[in-house]
Amino acid sequence: MAVLTGINRQDGAPKLRARAQWLYVLVALIFLGLIARLVVLQLVQGERYTFLSENNRVRIKRVPGTRGMIFDREGQLLVDSRPSFDLIFTPEDADDASETLRRLARYLGRDEKELLASVEGSKERLAFEELALGKDVDWPTVVAVETHQLDLPGITLRVRPRRNYADGPSGAHVLGYLGEIGTKQLKTLKDQGYALGDEIGQYGLERRWDGFLRGQSGGQQVEVDALGRRVRVLHEVADVPGYTVRLTLDRELQETAYAALQGKEGTIVALDVNSGAVLAMVSTPAFNPNQFARGIKADEWRALIKDQLRPLSNRATQGQYPPGSTFKIVMSIAGLEEGVLQPENRISDPGFYYFGNRAFRDWKKDGHGAVDLHRAIVESCDVYFYQLGPRLGIDAIAKWARALGLGEKTGIALDDEKGGTVPDSEWKVKRFHQPWYPGETVSVAIGQGYLTVTPLQMANMMATVANGGTLYRPWIVSRVESVTGALIRQFGPEKIRHTEIKPDTLERVRNGLADVVKTPAGTGGAARSNLVDIAGKTGTAQVVEMKGAYIKSEQLAYFNRDHAWFVSYAPVQNPQIAVAVLIEHGGHGGSVAAPMAKKVIEKFIEQQNRPAGAREARAAGESRAN
Amino acid sequence: MQIDRRLISHFDWTLLLLALAFVFIGVATIYSANYDIVRQQAGALPGRQLTWLGLGLVALFAALAFDYHYIDRIVYPFYGAMLLLLLLVFFVGHSGGGSQRWINLGFFRLQPSEPAKIAVVLVMAKYFQDDEPARGYYLRDLWAPFALAAPLVLLTLIQPDLGTAIILGFVFISMVLMGGLRTRSFLYLVGAGLAFLPVGWHFSKPYQRNRILTFLDPDRDPLGAGYHVIQSQIAIGSGRFFGKGYLHGTQNRLDFLPAQHTDFIFAVFSEEWGFLGCLILLLLFFALIVYCLRIVQRAKDRFGALLVFGMTAIFFWHATINVAMVAGILPVVGVPLPLVSYGGSALASLMFAIGVIMNVSMRRFIF
Repeated sequence: MAVLTGINRQDGAPKLRARAQWLYVLVALIFLGLIARLVVLQLVQGERYTFLSENNRVRIKRVPGTRGMIFDREGQLLVDSRPSFDLIFTPEDADDASETLRRLARYLGRDEKELLASVEGSKERLAFEELALGKDVDWPTVVAVETHQLDLPGITLRVRPRRNYADGPSGAHVLGYLGEIGTKQLKTLKDQGYALGDEIGQYGLERRWDGFLRGQSGGQQVEVDALGRRVRVLHEVADVPGYTVRLTLDRELQETAYAALQGKEGTIVALDVNSGAVLAMVSTPAFNPNQFARGIKADEWRALIKDQLRPLSNRATQGQYPPGSTFKIVMSIAGLEEGVLQPENRISDPGFYYFGNRAFRDWKKDGHGAVDLHRAIVESCDVYFYQLGPRLGIDAIAKWARALGLGEKTGIALDDEKGGTVPDSEWKVKRFHQPWYPGETVSVAIGQGYLTVTPLQMANMMATVANGGTLYRPWIVSRVESVTGALIRQFGPEKIRHTEIKPDTLERVRNGLADVVKTPAGTGGAARSNLVDIAGKTGTAQVVEMKGAYIKSEQLAYFNRDHAWFVSYAPVQNPQIAVAVLIEHGGHGGSVAAPMAKKVIEKFIEQQNRPAGAREARAAGESRAN
Repeated sequence: MQIDRRLISHFDWTLLLLALAFVFIGVATIYSANYDIVRQQAGALPGRQLTWLGLGLVALFAALAFDYHYIDRIVYPFYGAMLLLLLLVFFVGHSGGGSQRWINLGFFRLQPSEPAKIAVVLVMAKYFQDDEPARGYYLRDLWAPFALAAPLVLLTLIQPDLGTAIILGFVFISMVLMGGLRTRSFLYLVGAGLAFLPVGWHFSKPYQRNRILTFLDPDRDPLGAGYHVIQSQIAIGSGRFFGKGYLHGTQNRLDFLPAQHTDFIFAVFSEEWGFLGCLILLLLFFALIVYCLRIVQRAKDRFGALLVFGMTAIFFWHATINVAMVAGILPVVGVPLPLVSYGGSALASLMFAIGVIMNVSMRRFIF
């Protein structure tokens, strides 16, 4: 009976018993270790921890990194962050909240009831949540609060960097603005260190380059005393300021363009012909980004988004307009390059052109008479290009429009750019499930019909014509630097494509464009300058189709009036700058848009003629002043 | 079945009272953690925990009603059921705090990873109940226990519930060592574990990595991941010798503490009861462990001894890891304080474990 003897000896598990013997020691040691830890926390350091906890005086402060500055191409400051003071009240820190507020009202000369009401109104807040009694308060308030700090328990001043846009609305659409991060944005950006309440670029460069500009948040776990004053910092993580961003934009040109556009809805884009660098980009009506910096009010925001004139849209990159007669530049190049055009051949223009049984009118009622290519460009003869349209065919026209950068996004580093439309037969089938009708080619030939372009594309097209066929991607940011000036990123010209264009073609088109401005018969005489020879082309884009009647644009309802175009480059010899101007419902390009392009170009030439030393000194002076 | 009168005379009152003491300390502390200063009363949590205690007592008596040798027969069905429930969590599970851990049963939510701890003990006790070879077990002898434990650990790990997975792993290793694994083989296992650390790092979630990094360097992120540890230490430390008094813990009251009623309940307790209270609570845990180890040594056979040892290991690892974590000497992993922290599935499972220990304890005289 082996089983029985086993039981009798009560020898259930001898090996386990022996092992368990060791465990008493092990368990005792581990518990002693835990107790030792409690001795340290509760007895040795107990006083310190009591101090920290009993008064609940530990505050968390997240300090966003100071946002980077933005400079123009000559080192002039466009955007920086200045300190601003918010008046903060934490009722838990005051012995008697209403007494504190009464005193504050007295010191500031503010209405006592109004202050009390602002606190009463936020009953929903969490314990120790700070109440903002005033944002970006003025200097006398700061001084008053600082002076009477001891009488005002619970009242503190919080310093916050506030974005400051030196020139207000003139750069609004390019520079953009900041706003508090949205819940949706936060979800996708949480991993990148964004937190609730952070400001984030919501538009323009501020948005597209947010990653470079914003820096890294730091934070402090701060101990404060019973009066809400900071005693010391328990833990601190230093914030890292954002990078400085240098632009290709020129502040003076930007200002000039903005001044020229005052009172109009439109846009001016100026590009460096030989690199695609954006020298100026203004869109009006503009908004004031400083409004966003100080915290935009709900009704201001509502007014902005409801405004029929759409101040929030960047017309240079997002406005899509028929190019009107400015498209004749593309038509001329296409005609010459495809060998369809004999430039010296004259056609006769009776003032209309029949295609099928439909009559297409010239803008000049009685026609231009006998016209060759040169005259057709200079006087913007519609009939000449009407008859050229069907001879080229829509697909050849589209091919050349695209070669010059129309109908596709330029890829500029600004969000929500539009591409415009360059129609061809394939597009028509895809879009409307209908074949292309040759009659539609006649409209496209003078820049109407389905054809739409953005002003940025038109400026880029002019730059391409001026530099002999190289299409650059327009760029705005030239350098990203750390605060110490170390180079982080550098950007330069980027070729999208180069299109071979015969020298003869280029010369004929360029001569035509120069004479548009120079000769008395030219449509762009208003752009004639004493400083420099300008080449350009006017355009008037119809918004509604005139059925038969000759109605002056001025007689139409405002939103039905024509858009005015002027696209240009200068100097005629050795071109440097290309400028596109579009004025919505502005009427005739020659009279409205051309003088604006001239102003910008003249400003540019003035700068070129200034001695180099003077400009550097000015830039240095500006940066020292900051 | 006839109830042996000797069973009643050998009923282990000490263990039952000890267990109830923990639960009542727990309910009182949950009451404090759940206390609303404005309304001057606690929410629903302490009441719910008491309800769970009722269910736990049912589990306890179920566990000691039958001779523990009957358990031998239900080990694999129980194990299978746990495996199934853990798999089920992925399909019908409820998420909370970034992981999928619960199954909704209508009137309550079951967290299968809690009874899974019991399953590991049962399976190992069954496997090791036969006498071990004189030379001890080599690792290659133990492929079967590993194969049984691995799915449970992996399934909790990917929920993800790192805390429970660690407990499962520790209990498993404890059982294997007690079962007779050679010391040298154990060291190989530790070495292999260390070698796999980088792999584990690779598969861990960002928040888990944060906790480890924060533990190594609390200053790394004092506002984010390090915040809880710092606040918890402030709570414990400010309790000093006598504590701030029941319902007077300011860290707790003003919600500075994370997971007040669950993983960080020890911080709430220490703030209000001070070093004295902590010392008593820790000594109670020490007494529980020592008392259970005595039962291990007195059990009448290997199966009984291993059952008790395994259940004891569950209590030991929970208690020490939780206190060490809350006191800032281990990284924050989600391990509750056994019988004290709020949580129904855990309380019921732990009461069942107490029942098993009592079962072995009261039947050691009967043959």
